[in-house]
Amino acid sequence: MSLVELHAIHKSFGELEVLKGIDLSIDEGQVIALIGKSGSGKSTLLRTINGLEVIDDGVIIVDGKKISDRDADLLGLRLQVGMVFQQFNLFPHYTALENVMLSPQVVKKQSKAEAKQIAEEMLAKVGLADKMMHYPDQLSGGQQQRVAIARALAMKPKVLLCDEVTSALDPELVNEVLAVVRQLAEEGMTLVMVTHEMRFAREVCDKLVFMHQGRIHETGDPETVFANPKTPELASFVGGLA
Amino acid sequence: MAYKFDFGAIVPHWQLLFDGVILTTELTVIGAVVGVGLGIMGAWARASRAPVISQIVGVYVELIRNTPFLVQLFFIFFGLPALGVKLTEFQAAVLAMIVNLGAYSTEIIRAGILAIPQGQIEAAQSLAMNRVQIFRYVVILPALKKIWPALSSQIVIVMLGSSVCSQIAAEELTFGANYIQALNFRAFEVYFVVTGLYLVMSILLRMGLKVLGNFLFERRRHV
Amino acid sequence: MSEFSLWDIVYNLLLAARWTVLLSLTAFVLGGLVGLLLLMVRTAGNPWVIRLVRGYVELFQGTPLLMQLFIVFFGLPLIGLDVSPWVAATLGLTLFTSAFLTEIWRGCVESIGKGQWEASASLGMNFTQQMRYIVLPQALRIAVPPTVGFSVQVVKGTAVASIIGFVELTKAGTMITNATYEPFTVYGCVAVMYFLICYPLSLFARHLEGKFRHVAR
Ligand SMILES: Nc1ncnc2c1ncn2[C@@H]1O[C@H](COP(=O)(O)OP(=O)(O)OP(=O)(O)O)[C@@H](O)[C@H]1O
Ligand SMILES: [Mg+2]
Repeated sequence: MSLVELHAIHKSFGELEVLKGIDLSIDEGQVIALIGKSGSGKSTLLRTINGLEVIDDGVIIVDGKKISDRDADLLGLRLQVGMVFQQFNLFPHYTALENVMLSPQVVKKQSKAEAKQIAEEMLAKVGLADKMMHYPDQLSGGQQQRVAIARALAMKPKVLLCDEVTSALDPELVNEVLAVVRQLAEEGMTLVMVTHEMRFAREVCDKLVFMHQGRIHETGDPETVFANPKTPELASFVGGLA
Repeated sequence: MAYKFDFGAIVPHWQLLFDGVILTTELTVIGAVVGVGLGIMGAWARASRAPVISQIVGVYVELIRNTPFLVQLFFIFFGLPALGVKLTEFQAAVLAMIVNLGAYSTEIIRAGILAIPQGQIEAAQSLAMNRVQIFRYVVILPALKKIWPALSSQIVIVMLGSSVCSQIAAEELTFGANYIQALNFRAFEVYFVVTGLYLVMSILLRMGLKVLGNFLFERRRHV
Repeated sequence: MSEFSLWDIVYNLLLAARWTVLLSLTAFVLGGLVGLLLLMVRTAGNPWVIRLVRGYVELFQGTPLLMQLFIVFFGLPLIGLDVSPWVAATLGLTLFTSAFLTEIWRGCVESIGKGQWEASASLGMNFTQQMRYIVLPQALRIAVPPTVGFSVQVVKGTAVASIIGFVELTKAGTMITNATYEPFTVYGCVAVMYFLICYPLSLFARHLEGKFRHVAR
């Protein structure tokens, strides 16, 4: 059984149907790239997997358990599924270390020492051992995003969702963040990432999911899909990038 | 026939003024701490998903903000005993100040909460925090920081407003002044001096709140 | 116990409420005029005048309204002017209002960018013309919502005038309470009447605020 299974997910904002029946399974250790035009519903799909959007119809199963929209279920879901945002969203009143420690302490009720140890470990992993005492506004965008990744990892999620984690960064800072994501992928972390970095997707991901107008339009392994797009939409999307 | 000012006539009664300053300070500190606490809870209720509670708090806020403090004070001190709630002068004054500041700070703090970017809340949600945790650890401090100047001004206003508590014989600064001028018939001099005392108190209070704000919100720079 | 019916209470309070409204209106209009004058002399820019106006504002914002009324009420007789509570209340509230309004409006004028002043100066306008044709029309739109909002503070401020013996709504409430021994009902009615005066003003201010925000976007 897959780690996360989505069946026939529907989601509308008012009149606008953004997800029109999404089926997707995410296996343990899989690295999935979600691509598609702006407005095709990538972010919305990612956010439903984290319970940030309440779905209108369909089933989400995580680790064999069906998720309802009750608060308790949502909290349980989020314990398994971490998320990193385009805009970092670090808490401005906490240091990098405190940002990472916060949730393990208050949600998982870990002791301060325990949380600190994990936080230090995670910050070291993203290459920020020397910036732990810095506040977000004392860090570059790339550093902030790496703190955000460490913060999500400290909760030991089974899946990490990344929504365009490099889109808000200056070009010269993109690689330091991608390097961290690549390392996670190599360590066997299950990842679902929305990205516009096609070369990165091709190199790192095992599965490519192309979204178009609220549906999964085409899917497959990156090499094949990029080389031989089966649908004209994907062909034009890939062509447009080149 | 020129009037001869005699500020010296106040000196023998300085103890009354001193006691008044102390009591006004007590009223203000208790009123501010509990009032802002009430405001935080009110703002939380206003922002919560329970529409009934939110509306009740909304009515409370509008009622208080659209009636004079003096009338609120009279209602609490003279009116509530009809319901069997008998309060001392001091208790009534403190309660009126709390209720008054609670309403204003509810609105002020709510504005601060609304100014917190949605991304902050979503990040906290994605970390599996529940509503209370998000409010306590992620929302409230940055929200208070944003509106601290407005909140400080409101606290000063409430301190100055406490002057009318003399009308229910709460023995604060203005009460002391009234008492002295009844003794020495030097009303102008007394009120002139007491006005100066209030001015000094409001300046000190403003400074104190600024220091408190720095302590609460400005962080130790580690760089 | 008392021969006062609820209607008698309400009727007498309504009579007194006229004085609350009259005092509010007078103080607001006169205070607005003084505030405008202060704004003009301040914006004209002599540093000493600016300092003086700032001191004036801080004095009124840093002391209780009650003390301001007391000083007027007990101070004027000392220079030979015997004043009634009505005159003292009007004068005190006018000064109070002028300080707050001039400060509110200063913020509005200052929010008009330097570019507007410079552009109008480059067209050869003098200070009065700049104010009249360029700055005030723009500042006015920003200024209206907080000004209406402040009118609520003036209405509530008039309650303090009861303490120097001016018979308005609050004072009438006290007098009727002393006659009826029904403070709960009487002060409840007093509060309702203030609310009926103030709440529409608050709503109007909020409405204007929303409208202005709409225009600004
Ligand atoms: N909260 C919302 N309310 C209303 N409409 C929304 C909301 N969130 C998203 N939408 C709409 O849903 C559609 C899909 O949005 P989504 O953010 O999922 O697209 P996306 O594929 O992530 O695009 P992008 O590449 O620009 O990030 C868009 O048309 C968007 O305007
Ligand atoms: Mg998106």
